[in-house]
Amino acid sequence: MTAPTVAPTRTDGPSGVSCVDAVRFERVTVKRGGRAVLRDVDVSFCAGRVTGLFGPSGSGKSTLIRAIAGVQSNVRGTVTVLGDRPGSMAVRRALGYMTQSASVYEDLTVAENVRYFAAIRGDQVGDVLERVQLSSHANQLVRNLSGGQRARVSLAAALVGRPRLLLLDEPTVGLDPLLRRDLWQLFGQLAGEGAALLVSSHVLDEARHCDEVILLRDGRIVAQLTPAELSARTGTDDLDEAFMRLIERR
Amino acid sequence: MSGARTLATARRVLLQLRHDPRTIALMLLVPCVLETLLRLIYAHHRTTFDQAGGPLLAFFPLTTVFLVTSIALLRERATGTLERLLTTPLERLELLGGYALSFGLFATAQAIIVCALTLGPLGLHVQGPVAVLVVLAVCVALLGTGLGLLASAFARTEFQVVQFFPLAILPQLLLCGLIVARDRMPSALHAISDALPLSYAVDGMHHLSRQAGAGGAVIADIAIVLAFATGALVLGAATLRRQTD
Repeated sequence: MTAPTVAPTRTDGPSGVSCVDAVRFERVTVKRGGRAVLRDVDVSFCAGRVTGLFGPSGSGKSTLIRAIAGVQSNVRGTVTVLGDRPGSMAVRRALGYMTQSASVYEDLTVAENVRYFAAIRGDQVGDVLERVQLSSHANQLVRNLSGGQRARVSLAAALVGRPRLLLLDEPTVGLDPLLRRDLWQLFGQLAGEGAALLVSSHVLDEARHCDEVILLRDGRIVAQLTPAELSARTGTDDLDEAFMRLIERR
Repeated sequence: MSGARTLATARRVLLQLRHDPRTIALMLLVPCVLETLLRLIYAHHRTTFDQAGGPLLAFFPLTTVFLVTSIALLRERATGTLERLLTTPLERLELLGGYALSFGLFATAQAIIVCALTLGPLGLHVQGPVAVLVVLAVCVALLGTGLGLLASAFARTEFQVVQFFPLAILPQLLLCGLIVARDRMPSALHAISDALPLSYAVDGMHHLSRQAGAGGAVIADIAIVLAFATGALVLGAATLRRQTD
């Protein structure tokens, strides 16, 4: 993979608003076990917005996120993250990454987990446990929590250190609707504070919470647009239906 | 290298152990039980106990720390915490430093407890200074960290990683001079034992049993064990790849 340090490019967003790229993919292909999981992907997204990454299971969402985080091998093409190369120290200082499985320590308490991830970023824990609504569970061992609660510990661990770029791989899976709504509100707040957020989900209904959505299928970008544009272009408010119509049209 | 991130990691590893008191108890008590057993077996052969009891003190930290490190790191790889850590400012050497520091501390506690029992109530005769014995035990623990780290890189499951124990550790026990003195082994085996780190730890213990001062021979043995430990840690660091498939 080539790794130029380039100035961020300005892009016209889908809604015509110009912005500074947080992440840009240029002709990126990723092969796993001989099979292309991402094919010739050109895509970019901006700071200050919630970008949704949608697509069915196996469409390449996690691979795309891992390529930005700098942990995916066999990446061909150019990925530019905050004007730098994925995995560089500058990017790692600015990045909050929540993996698809809850990558936290089961044999530590919620507070101990968050404190450790804050310490290695050289920052304080701050109010992240309040933000993910877990302060009442601070002293419980993660292994005694439900799946949804573990996912929120994992999210909290990604939020410490006020990252400028947040990569959240299916953060709302298995959560109750109220909590899901609250988390999407939180993502909006973080974007309002200037962070770039890429949030993946396979529940298309959640696209309504995003400023723009990237639709991925079979390793290719199907479309990048705002939820309103998606409805307008496909003539339906049902996002599942809209997604299907977009795919059928291709 | 950031000392703060290394310390935070060491603290985290120790906290994980603290939430698992049964493991702590096993790690601290099993060596004591084994030394007591050895003392009872050789109830009428005090010199044999003096010859075997000392070297075993060097063997315990290798086994306990090897097993704990290999499983802890296998878990880090399997649960995704390693992948997450490698996307943070934490450097690989800082991560390993944290593990080495925490298990080094733990090995110190283990060595102090088992030495207190073995040299006290069990009456093992050691001529050399006890502090040097503890230092040797800590160096062996660092070796255990390095070897455990390497084993975790070649295992996919906990079942597999436990099987590396008989592969990586037991041949060293057979060849280290505890069962048959190394200079009385067939020359091929002697040559192999020269290449294994536990041989030097056990040689060091033999020297400490017999000599009053911390002689040059013991210092050399400790240096060799430390060199092996460093080598294993560096090799292990190379197995912590940021990019995986």
